[in-house]
Amino acid sequence: MAELRTEEFLVNMGPHHPSTHGVCRLILTMDGEKVVAIEPVIGYLHRAIEKICENRTYPQCTPLMDRFEYVTAMATEHVYALAVEKLAGLEVPERAEYLRVIMVELNRIASHLIFWGVTAMDVGAYTPFLYGLREREDIMDLFEITCGQRLTYNYIRIGGVSKDIPPEFVPKCREFVKMMWSKFSDYEGLLNGNPIFLGRMKDIGVLTPEAAIAYGASGPVLRASGVKYDVRRNDPYSVYDKFDFEIPTQPNGDCYDRFIQRLDEMKESLKIIEQALDNLPEGDIKCKVKPKLKPPEGEVYSRIESARGEMGVYIRSDGTTKPMRVKLRGSSYNHLMLVPEISTDVLIADVVAIFATLDIIMPEVDR
Amino acid sequence: MISPVFAVGELDGLFRWLNELLVSIGLPQPWQDVIMYAALSATVFGLLALIALFLVWWERKIAAHIQQRFGPMRVGWHGWYQTVMDALKLLQKEDIRVATRDKVVFFWAPVICFVAAFSAYVCMPFGRGLIVADLNIGILYIMAVTTFTVISLLMAGWGSNNKYALLGGMRSAAQVISYEVPMVVSLLAVILYVGSLSMVDIVESQSGWFNWFIFRVPFGPIAFVTYTVAAIAEANRTPFDIPEAEQELVAGYNVEYSGMKFAMFFLAEFINMFTVSAIAATVFLGGWNGPWLPSWVWFMGKTLSMVFLLMLVRWTYPRLRVDQLMEFAWKFLVPVTFANLILAGILKYLGYWE
Repeated sequence: MAELRTEEFLVNMGPHHPSTHGVCRLILTMDGEKVVAIEPVIGYLHRAIEKICENRTYPQCTPLMDRFEYVTAMATEHVYALAVEKLAGLEVPERAEYLRVIMVELNRIASHLIFWGVTAMDVGAYTPFLYGLREREDIMDLFEITCGQRLTYNYIRIGGVSKDIPPEFVPKCREFVKMMWSKFSDYEGLLNGNPIFLGRMKDIGVLTPEAAIAYGASGPVLRASGVKYDVRRNDPYSVYDKFDFEIPTQPNGDCYDRFIQRLDEMKESLKIIEQALDNLPEGDIKCKVKPKLKPPEGEVYSRIESARGEMGVYIRSDGTTKPMRVKLRGSSYNHLMLVPEISTDVLIADVVAIFATLDIIMPEVDR
Repeated sequence: MISPVFAVGELDGLFRWLNELLVSIGLPQPWQDVIMYAALSATVFGLLALIALFLVWWERKIAAHIQQRFGPMRVGWHGWYQTVMDALKLLQKEDIRVATRDKVVFFWAPVICFVAAFSAYVCMPFGRGLIVADLNIGILYIMAVTTFTVISLLMAGWGSNNKYALLGGMRSAAQVISYEVPMVVSLLAVILYVGSLSMVDIVESQSGWFNWFIFRVPFGPIAFVTYTVAAIAEANRTPFDIPEAEQELVAGYNVEYSGMKFAMFFLAEFINMFTVSAIAATVFLGGWNGPWLPSWVWFMGKTLSMVFLLMLVRWTYPRLRVDQLMEFAWKFLVPVTFANLILAGILKYLGYWE
């Protein structure tokens, strides 16, 4: 029988597609259902945040940082504040640092809850998404009573935080932590052992530790490949050296491990929040910062562990009120480059699962 | 003389009454038949349209309550006529047609889908005597016409001239044809026992206490489970909804359809879900048989329970991947159903459950 002639064809997945989490475009070369090659195209969400910063004073840049990575906006504010404080040599009160840690860890949980729900949704289970958002709602309420905002907070300022927490915050936060601990059994019961879910996630998109390091992966993606690296522990900043928490890792580096990794990290974040609430010191929430902040000439790089990985801010100052150059490092950029690397011999459905478990969000890629 | 015969709560008397009315006014035989079948078709069509609208609303409510939401609440009590309004909205919408479509195929796909979905009800026994035509090949006919759906989905995928739609159409063809095999073989086990393809015969063979096929251990429950799994795939619902997998293919075969054409696909999907549930109720759950209540109440109750099961599954499970779906059908379901068929044959030969 004569061979049928078959052709590969191109599919544009995105920029608008339900599972690209924003406006990412993946050019898929497909052979039927099989994906032969993937080429990510970025730039659809470019807002020139780095350039805009050059025309604004240091405090004015903080709201822009919220837009850099709006799923964990507290972390972006934190890393920017740390960079400017290092540059200007400011001494931040301890209470402010504790509040920052509480907020950043709460935000990390909120981000992982979205990840948990969205990943489930991307493999076809619609319900977990709503469950994840239900718990996230309580975190948003905590942020709202603290700073009035639910997504772009503008709470962590240079030299401290903008407002002290209201008196009802601590009991409400403890209540949330208690509630959250009880939810993990639900989460694990809903998906972790489901044969369909395991079939979709196990041994899909395996990322070796060598490739992870070579591509500059960080955060949960790196740790799910078995590399025990966490900026909070390896290069402690803020007051993280005072807390007792584990760095969970997973052995295989496949989609399922990346999924479980986030669940484990939520538990560690809860431990940190509990300790921070117990040891929350009294005192000022902000050090004295001149309205016209003029850091000395020089350059600084600060980095933190955000929900997605290592997040960094590089600032070069020329001694004026405005930064001369700001460079933001988002880990999603590196992780997006991993998509073609680990998507070998996969189907289109696997690309969706891989994209979801790398937890890529586009504002961090395009800035 | 017109003599309405109403058993308590039964509805078949209505049609007998109409028939006697036609006889009494002296219409010739062919005209009697035409009017009778027109009345029956209109009744079934109207009923199914209502059922489809109800199912859409019900599914939204069930999904909402599983997800801790309320679902439609604004239009009427708990949004009960939300779907009526949605259907009216879809009727008024612009019919967007892609410029590069295959005109004939694109137009006829939703029509075939709609017609195939409704044709199955020609020999669906809604209750004692409530059947349009008791064909002696009843269940074979139903399986045959519902399979027309796959042609329409393939046509929609091809006619849209869209890669996502084409992938969806191809997936649905592969899936429906694969799952047709275990579905029919599961039903064969029962047909073997009954010795008839007629839906009425199948129901009547299950009258009496604990005589439904789901109670005839072991082949009955096995056939029921394999049938249900294959039926979910047949109705293109999660975890087997890969033809329209939203996160992969956006909307699959109906990605380019809008307005009333989309509504036809959408309603046909819910009619198909009702069809597979009605077959399950008829073949495995005893159809209209049941004590105390009128027969049509039993039938609707059983069918809607099956629909409820399908909806629960849909809003709980993730979706299978396309290759896993095929493996599951050919490596697991087909062997199990064939083994079950042989088991049923042996049991019948030995005289169990007669």
